[in-house]
Amino acid sequence: MNNILPLPVLLPMFGAALTLLLGRRPRLQRAVSILTLAGVCLVAGSLIWITDTHGVQSLWVGAWAPLGVVLVADRLAALMLTVASLVTLGVLIYATGQDEEEVHRETPVSIFHPTFLLLSAGVSDAFLAGDLFNLFVGFEILLFASYVLITMGGTGERISAGSTYVVINLVSSLLFLTALSISYGATGTVNMAQLSQRFAELPGDVTIGIQLLLLVVFAIKAAVFPLSFWLPDSYPTAPAPVTAVFAGLLTKVGVYAILRTQTAIFPNNPLTDLLGWAALATMVIAILGAIAQSEIKRLLSFTLVSHIGYMMFGIALATPASLGGAIFYTAHHITVQAALFLVAGLIERVGGSTSMDRLGGLASTAPVLGALFFIPAMNLAGIPPLSGFVGKLGLLLAGVEVGTPLAWALVAGSVLTSLLTLYAVAKVWNRAFWGTPVLGPLAPDEQPVDAELGAKPMPGVMVGATAALVGLGLALTFLAGPLYGYVDRAAAGLLDDSYLRAVLTGVAP
Amino acid sequence: MSPNVTLAIIAGALVACGVYLITERSLSRILMGVMVGGNGVNLLFLVASGAAGGPPLIGVTPKDEMSDPLPQAMVLTAIVIALATAAFLVTMAYRSFQLNGHDEVADDVEDARIRELAKADEASDSFEEIKFSDTGADVVSE
Repeated sequence: MNNILPLPVLLPMFGAALTLLLGRRPRLQRAVSILTLAGVCLVAGSLIWITDTHGVQSLWVGAWAPLGVVLVADRLAALMLTVASLVTLGVLIYATGQDEEEVHRETPVSIFHPTFLLLSAGVSDAFLAGDLFNLFVGFEILLFASYVLITMGGTGERISAGSTYVVINLVSSLLFLTALSISYGATGTVNMAQLSQRFAELPGDVTIGIQLLLLVVFAIKAAVFPLSFWLPDSYPTAPAPVTAVFAGLLTKVGVYAILRTQTAIFPNNPLTDLLGWAALATMVIAILGAIAQSEIKRLLSFTLVSHIGYMMFGIALATPASLGGAIFYTAHHITVQAALFLVAGLIERVGGSTSMDRLGGLASTAPVLGALFFIPAMNLAGIPPLSGFVGKLGLLLAGVEVGTPLAWALVAGSVLTSLLTLYAVAKVWNRAFWGTPVLGPLAPDEQPVDAELGAKPMPGVMVGATAALVGLGLALTFLAGPLYGYVDRAAAGLLDDSYLRAVLTGVAP
Repeated sequence: MSPNVTLAIIAGALVACGVYLITERSLSRILMGVMVGGNGVNLLFLVASGAAGGPPLIGVTPKDEMSDPLPQAMVLTAIVIALATAAFLVTMAYRSFQLNGHDEVADDVEDARIRELAKADEASDSFEEIKFSDTGADVVSE
């Protein structure tokens, strides 16, 4: 049963190689990448079932226990893999729907598919990694793919936005390597389960140093304030599908890594104060940034950073209820944020711009787009009964249950952030969707006036893919009951020793 | 086990040089910084692996005299990644040079726009003066 563990990494890797060979046959290339990601979705979905019924699965690749690479899937990793692969598939279908002319101008298709699949492989590897070094390798795979994707086409705007992104990630990789070498020097292993046992025997000041270093590294990737400044500068300029998948997945991989480090490696030292204040600052400061923006993609980037704060809120309190809330919120936020960025891509096509100064009346020119924006936007703000509300309610209840001053501050901060998020998305709604239309709708056979800025019709595939992601967000709402049960079991599994037992059973110490 | 102090000091010096270079604006200097700093971190792995020993081959070296191969495997991976990093950064610096005539990381345009908004706000009664000195305009290529 555990032999399917490498598949979420291997399938996209082979897919990437195949699509690279098929660079001159775009149709075949698309078919291969869609099939590959559909396969990953299937494997990830079955992992959810397996981990829920049979417990944590682990596989020592090449049977090199306890020195080699171990892949581990628990309920958390399986859920993240499933949501991530579904969103990646949706975004890929959206990308194939962009018309040929645009694809050739902005996203050279022969490079896009292999890189996108490698990104998916890196994300899967990071979710499944059972040792820190493999986590590092997973991060590097996904980062390199993201470097290529964010600078795709090499326009001046993207190169300058990409520089910030690349440099900040190189620095975080250096810090990650430093943390790895120090923890190897202190313990003689990089395996998370073994690290957990050996750190418990070391003096506290050694472990706290390593823990803080790792947290800084992952907080850069997850964009936790004050390490979040790079994100709104670099994400918005990339092509819409790229921004969507980055916003949905890459920061969440950082959040996942923080969650894993805090529960698997340092279970006895939750650092509630530090992480709690960071969470509060992330939520409030970033949402104030969002309000100041007049460009939709940048505004969404700021809400992305702000809502990372909710996940940090759950991780900081480190109770079963709060961790469950954080996991649910992560799953919800991956889908809703990716959907919103895809909608922003559609707005750019229909309205010719994503600046609110140049948009207006989209609700009358493109009512479908209005619906597609409205549902995930309300979901992001946490309007009942959508899944954003369920996740926030879970976190708030967990905060009230803890009842310390910090927990109350976090509860107050998250309610305020939720309101301000509503304000920010309502601002987009008022300025872009209401009012008088700036550009009229195009008949299907009409040519756009200006190829660069003019309105273009929305291809059915793009609308369909966006609608599918919006639907996935709604599915999380309808399935909130069973899903919340599942994340509660996942959170309980993080706090007991099932992870350690699954990795280390039958392995010589 | 006592760590190798010489290696540790060299690693520290390399990382210090790397950090200094990374704080520059020019991408090619940042590349140098990442390379130098990366080598410093790789040396840290050698410090972590303990005393040097013979090749870890069964039958060639007795078990107690073997060096630890695991950190070396990790350093090897890190070196490969550094190679790819260097290739990508050089490409990006060259592309930036093609487009702009320099390879400096520019300030964000949208940030500047938000600052302009703040300037436009000066007319209002509730205005409170805040000075932003870092406009990026004074940055010159050396």
